[in-house]
Amino acid sequence: MELDALIVRFQKKDIIAFERLYDMYWDNICGVINTIVQDTNLAEEIAQDVFVKIWKNSASYNASKGRFFTWILNIARNAAIDEVRSKSFKKQKMNLSADYFVGTIDDSDSDQIDIDTIGLRKLVKNLKEKCIQIIDLLYFKGYSQKEVAEQLAIPLGTVKTRNRSCISQLRENITLEWM
Amino acid sequence: MDVEKYIASGILELYVAGALTEEQNREVHQNALDYPVIKEEIIAIEAAILELSQVISPKISKKKGFDDLKVRIAYKQDSKVRSFNVKRTNWGAYTGWAAAILCAVGLMWFYNERTQLESNMKMVEMENKILQEQIFEARGSLAKSDELLKTITDRNITLVALNGQEVAPDSYAKAYWNKESKKVVIDAQGLPEPPDGFVYQVWSLKLDPLTPTSMGLLQDFVKDGNTIFSLDNPNDSQAFGITLEPVGGSATPTLEQLYTLGVVASS
Repeated sequence: MELDALIVRFQKKDIIAFERLYDMYWDNICGVINTIVQDTNLAEEIAQDVFVKIWKNSASYNASKGRFFTWILNIARNAAIDEVRSKSFKKQKMNLSADYFVGTIDDSDSDQIDIDTIGLRKLVKNLKEKCIQIIDLLYFKGYSQKEVAEQLAIPLGTVKTRNRSCISQLRENITLEWM
Repeated sequence: MDVEKYIASGILELYVAGALTEEQNREVHQNALDYPVIKEEIIAIEAAILELSQVISPKISKKKGFDDLKVRIAYKQDSKVRSFNVKRTNWGAYTGWAAAILCAVGLMWFYNERTQLESNMKMVEMENKILQEQIFEARGSLAKSDELLKTITDRNITLVALNGQEVAPDSYAKAYWNKESKKVVIDAQGLPEPPDGFVYQVWSLKLDPLTPTSMGLLQDFVKDGNTIFSLDNPNDSQAFGITLEPVGGSATPTLEQLYTLGVVASS
């Protein structure tokens, strides 16, 4: 309820409410963007852009279309993908699609050293590689069910249920983490 | 509706991922409103994704923060303000010019005022001078009058009335003769204005034989103005006569132009 009220205030251009939402979601948005652009500095810049966009387009959000987080998640993914598709970026990084968010855990030489790898390991333990891929593609890359099925070469009808069991596993890990 | 089955279908996970169609989204939203369990499940799924995206977020973040964001949001307002500022700068310039013009007008006004005051002061000064002269003259004429009065009321004065002669029967004059101081005051009030190029000359006369001696000219005779003249008379006069003579006077009187004549009463 508090979140709903906050969103209402934000949509009325309440800068205080906006700041609270910014504090609530900035890390998440930046994290998701970073899985796409693989560059923390760039990810931070894009995250700022995304929040500017969110403020400007606050009126276009409607609860009946989905969760507020889903709305800003979508804006963030699109902004990051636009950046990746830009020519200048293509020159720098060519093979992004093969990387998943956990693919960097074991890369000691990457710029991901500032990520909470220990926390991440705990969250994704017991998760099959396919689960990590599904979660990454659906939530962090914004793929459709069909695109996930094609990318991972699995039947379209199983994406929904497999994702459900992957998320359940993740939730279990989180619960264990908290306990 | 079988809520458990609905939840187990995995549609809520896709809802949080944003992978459903608009119509499906509306349906889930409605179900979440109808069934609190569904809403709780959605929130739990979202919380898991938030947790995951939290741990993959850069930890040593060079996060610019909300202040930077506020600046960027306000930046657009700023640019509006800036364009407004340009106008304001213009206003400033206009105000400056207006002030300069006002200042110039003010200075001109002051200059005019000063000039006016100066000329007024000059006029007042001139008036003062004239008044001073008038006072001086008045004092002089008062002194003269005093002297005259003194002269004519002196106990040694002999008054001689000079009557009009053939040339000007209506003319008259008076001579106040102080034998002690040997001075004669002529009151020529009764003489007409002399024509241009002529002047009255006063004569002391001895009667037997008739010997005229010039006592002087009634210089600057002005009818209704300067008609009192003081002349020296060292003579043992028996009569006084006034003749009209060419300017500068004559050695002997022109008897044809004898205006007035009076005999001194023998004492």
